[in-house]
Amino acid sequence: MSEMDDMDDGSGIIKKFMFLNRKAPHGTVYALEGLEVVLITAAFDQDVSMVFTDDGVYQLIKGVDTKGIEVKDFSRTYRALEGYDIEKLYVDQKSMDARGLTEEDLIVDVTVLSVDEMANLMAEQDVVISF
Amino acid sequence: MQFGILINEGPYSHQASDSAYLFARTALEKGYKVPRVFFYHDGVYNASRLATPPVDDRNVGARWSKLAADYGVDLVVCVAAAQRRGITDGVLGDNYRISGLGQLVEMGIQYDRLVTFGD
Amino acid sequence: MLHIVNKSATERGALDSCLSMATKGSAVLLIEDAVYAATNGNAAAAKIQAAAADLKIYALGPDLAARGMAGRVLDGVNVVDYGGFVDLVAEHSNCQSWL
Repeated sequence: MSEMDDMDDGSGIIKKFMFLNRKAPHGTVYALEGLEVVLITAAFDQDVSMVFTDDGVYQLIKGVDTKGIEVKDFSRTYRALEGYDIEKLYVDQKSMDARGLTEEDLIVDVTVLSVDEMANLMAEQDVVISF
Repeated sequence: MQFGILINEGPYSHQASDSAYLFARTALEKGYKVPRVFFYHDGVYNASRLATPPVDDRNVGARWSKLAADYGVDLVVCVAAAQRRGITDGVLGDNYRISGLGQLVEMGIQYDRLVTFGD
Repeated sequence: MLHIVNKSATERGALDSCLSMATKGSAVLLIEDAVYAATNGNAAAAKIQAAAADLKIYALGPDLAARGMAGRVLDGVNVVDYGGFVDLVAEHSNCQSWL
C-alpha cells in the first residue's frame, strides 16, 4: 500500500500508541482489520506497542493453514512488522499459560510480560486502541 | 478538550453506535469538542442512507448526520472497511465522507482523548 | 486511567481481564451489558466489591435503568449519567475499552 510509505499529520507530535489484541483470528474480523491500523500508525512515525492478551495470543500461533476455510492467511504479516519498525511486541504470560502456549509456539519474537508489567505498560500510554 | 470517537459496530445489532452517539452529544452539549467520529469494521454500515427503520424507532445513521450538521462533526468512514462491505459514496448519508485509516491515527495524535465503542 | 467495560461478566471475560490489569487508583466504568456485574445477587458482585477497595467503580445509570437494574446497584458503586461518563473521560489521561 503506497499510503503506508510515509505519512505525516504535520504536528510533529509522537505519542505512545498501544494496540491491545484480545481476540482470536478468523472467528471475527478484528485481528485482521486491527493489523491494518497498526501498520498505518507506524507510518505516522508514532511509538507503537502491540500487546497480545487473552485469545489475542492465538493470532501469533505457528503452523496456520487457512486454505480449508478459504480466507487470507494474514499471520505472515506479523513477521513483516519489523520492516515497519514495529518491534515492541508483548504477550501476557498468564494468557499464554491458560492456553498451554510457550514462545516456541509463536511465529515472531515477543517479550513476555507478567500481568503487573502489562498493567504498568498500559497505564503509561497516550492512546490505547483495542480490537 | 477534544475527544475523538471510534465506532466499530453497525447500527441496531449492537448498542455501540447508540452509546457513542449519546456520549458525543452530551460532550458537545457540555462544551467539549468532538471534531471527528471514525467508523471502522462493521461501523461503516452506520453511514448508509438506505436504512429505513420503523417510524417509532430511532434512525441511528441519520441522527449522526444531524449531530454533524448541528456541531460540525466530521463523520469519516474507513475506505478499506467500506469497500469490503459495499458502502460507497453513492449510499452515504448526509455529512459522512469516506477516507483512509490515517484519519483515525490523526485523531489519536491530535486530540486529547480517543474513546472506542464496539463489541 | 479509565477502563471501560461493556460486556456482561456472566457471559464473557472482559471484566476479569480489565480488573487484572487495572492499576491501583484507576477507574472502571461499566456500560451496556457490563452494568449487570454491579447489581446485587449477580455472580460477579463479589469481584466488583473486592475491586472497589483499590479502584473507583462506576456504572452508567441509563444502562442500569434500561435493564431494570436501577434499584439493585451494589454499595460502593458510583452511578453516573452520560455527563458523568464524559467527565470521567476528561478527568483521566487515557482510556481503554475492553471490547
